[in-house]
Amino acid sequence: MKKIIELKNISKAFDGEMVLDNISLDIYDNEFITLLGPSGCGKTTTLRMIGGFTQPDSGDVIFMGERINDVPPHKRNVNTVFQRYALFPHLNVFENIAFPLREKKVPKKEINEKVNEMLKLVMLTGFADRRVTSLSGGQQQRVAIARALVSHPQVLLLDEPLGALDLKLRKDMQQELKKIQKSTGITFVFVTHDQEEALSMSDTIVVMSEGKIQQIGTPTDIYNEPKNAFVADFIGESNILDGVMLEDYKVRFAGQVFSCLDTGFEKNEPVDVVVRPEDVDIVPVEKGMLSGIVTSVTFLGVHNEIIVDINGFKWMIQTTDSVNENERIGLFLEPDAIHIMKKSKYSGMFGDYSSFSDEMEEISNPDPEGGAEE
Amino acid sequence: MKKRFNTYHGALAPYSLWAVLFIVVPLVFIAYYAFTDDSFAFTTEHFTRFFTATSNILEDDGTSREVRTYLLIFWRSVKLAVISTAICLLLGYPIAYIIARAPEKTQKTMITLIMIPMWMNFLIRTYAWMTILQDTGIFNNVLGALGLGQIHVIGTETAVIIGMVYDYFPYMVLPIYSIMAKMDLRLLEAARDLGCGSISVLRRVIWPLSIPGVVSGITRVLIPSISTFYISQKLGNGKFFLIGDAIEGQYMANNLHFAAAIAFILMVILLVAMAVVKYVTNRYVYGGERE
Repeated sequence: MKKIIELKNISKAFDGEMVLDNISLDIYDNEFITLLGPSGCGKTTTLRMIGGFTQPDSGDVIFMGERINDVPPHKRNVNTVFQRYALFPHLNVFENIAFPLREKKVPKKEINEKVNEMLKLVMLTGFADRRVTSLSGGQQQRVAIARALVSHPQVLLLDEPLGALDLKLRKDMQQELKKIQKSTGITFVFVTHDQEEALSMSDTIVVMSEGKIQQIGTPTDIYNEPKNAFVADFIGESNILDGVMLEDYKVRFAGQVFSCLDTGFEKNEPVDVVVRPEDVDIVPVEKGMLSGIVTSVTFLGVHNEIIVDINGFKWMIQTTDSVNENERIGLFLEPDAIHIMKKSKYSGMFGDYSSFSDEMEEISNPDPEGGAEE
Repeated sequence: MKKRFNTYHGALAPYSLWAVLFIVVPLVFIAYYAFTDDSFAFTTEHFTRFFTATSNILEDDGTSREVRTYLLIFWRSVKLAVISTAICLLLGYPIAYIIARAPEKTQKTMITLIMIPMWMNFLIRTYAWMTILQDTGIFNNVLGALGLGQIHVIGTETAVIIGMVYDYFPYMVLPIYSIMAKMDLRLLEAARDLGCGSISVLRRVIWPLSIPGVVSGITRVLIPSISTFYISQKLGNGKFFLIGDAIEGQYMANNLHFAAAIAFILMVILLVAMAVVKYVTNRYVYGGERE
């Protein structure tokens, strides 16, 4: 695949505060790549750097082999879908989409054709003469996408474009964006804090935290083989335990020795052990490798989410079995349910569900900076 | 529901009374005086006089020319007001833009600086300009000291225009500034992102979005400068009699009815002009309906 954008050792500080810390990233042609991380992780700054709105303090932005650090936004073949659309309120839908074409002095007939083609692509045929201020959030979103795509940029940057939409519309737009990306063949660089969104849309996910890239990989890589406790916790639910890698394929945690599929660690190296809640089997106590007391059961429709206290460490388990609070149950782990990670600065910060209720609050309000303004 | 309605009207009452006493009643009086003669019998003679009265003026070459006195005065008022307004706009628009893009603290300081002259009495400001622009004033002394020779400014249209621009400048800057300060900066980023250089961003986004402020600024400068008086007497040495001076003069000469008629005509013309401006902006300009 052809490399289209390279970020090389980019650092950036705002008012002495490090926002990007030596970031390097390759973006390939025709890729749907997502920058994923919590607020303040530097994902938007990265995007703005590609768009040309922010200059790196050090490092290079390379576009098709050329260094473009000092190229202003209007001379980059990259367009942006802004967080709250930034449609021109004094222009109607047609003129908003035609905006970049008029700048290039494209002939009238061609403008008509291209705008109509775009209206069709985003399913807004018949909306050409509407005022943008009279459109719903979802429709404004589509206009913003059409406007950014009409001049066929090589790369489309999307800054939390779905943040202001309600859940249902968001799901639809995810599908549609993916479809548009496939049909146009344009590279999409998508920024979000929503891990589910990232998993369902992306070819590649870049997980960021505190101005650093934590992991780059496909959605399945990121989910199944998280590199550290931050990634494991941020993407999906994880029980993360302290462990010791006794030898290849053998790890000790929670006071037991388990077989696993991981190799390549030092003998007796301390590690973080990740067990996904859906990978734990519930068995009778006598057959279990571990046992614990159920402290809470939450019915979620498809499955139950239960919290089990095992020697003081609270595990989250998702199961379709029905269990009762205060019941003692046995747990069984297949070797492939266990994933081993190197210790990192995030070790011990995540993956214990003793304060689960707090975490639920955070999940229900994932963006305290307030992306949803509609 | 009914109670709230009553409370609302109760709160409104003092203002309604104020408006009736000090706005409606005086207007009725002006109309009444305009259409009556000294014995308060109905007449339209004042209007006829306004449109037909003639006088002779001396041309520069010494020949004499007959003109329609009040139409000439009115035309001169409009001309000077339009020139002043245009200068206010040309100077004010970039300043408003610069202020709106400055850091917040600087913005406050700059706006205060623009407004400080408004806190001083209008007469004092005009007198200050008299001393500055006199042939022996500061302006000419500076020019002389720089070896640039002297310029005769006082008593010319230029002096009157300088006075008007100085007086009404803040009224142009403030509405434009306030609309620019509110402007969504992401729109400017979006324009740049979509291929606009700085000039294009100004022409295609900033300017159209700031038109309501510009219209408001123009109205606030044009209307008072058309009806201005005193500035022309002091800075124009009385040579550029304006419509405001005419009203004042007739009033001072105790021709209340004719003064009222001129005021009435001026008011009607301005109201019509404002109605047209409002209609056009509401209809063709984004954001016009908000003003």
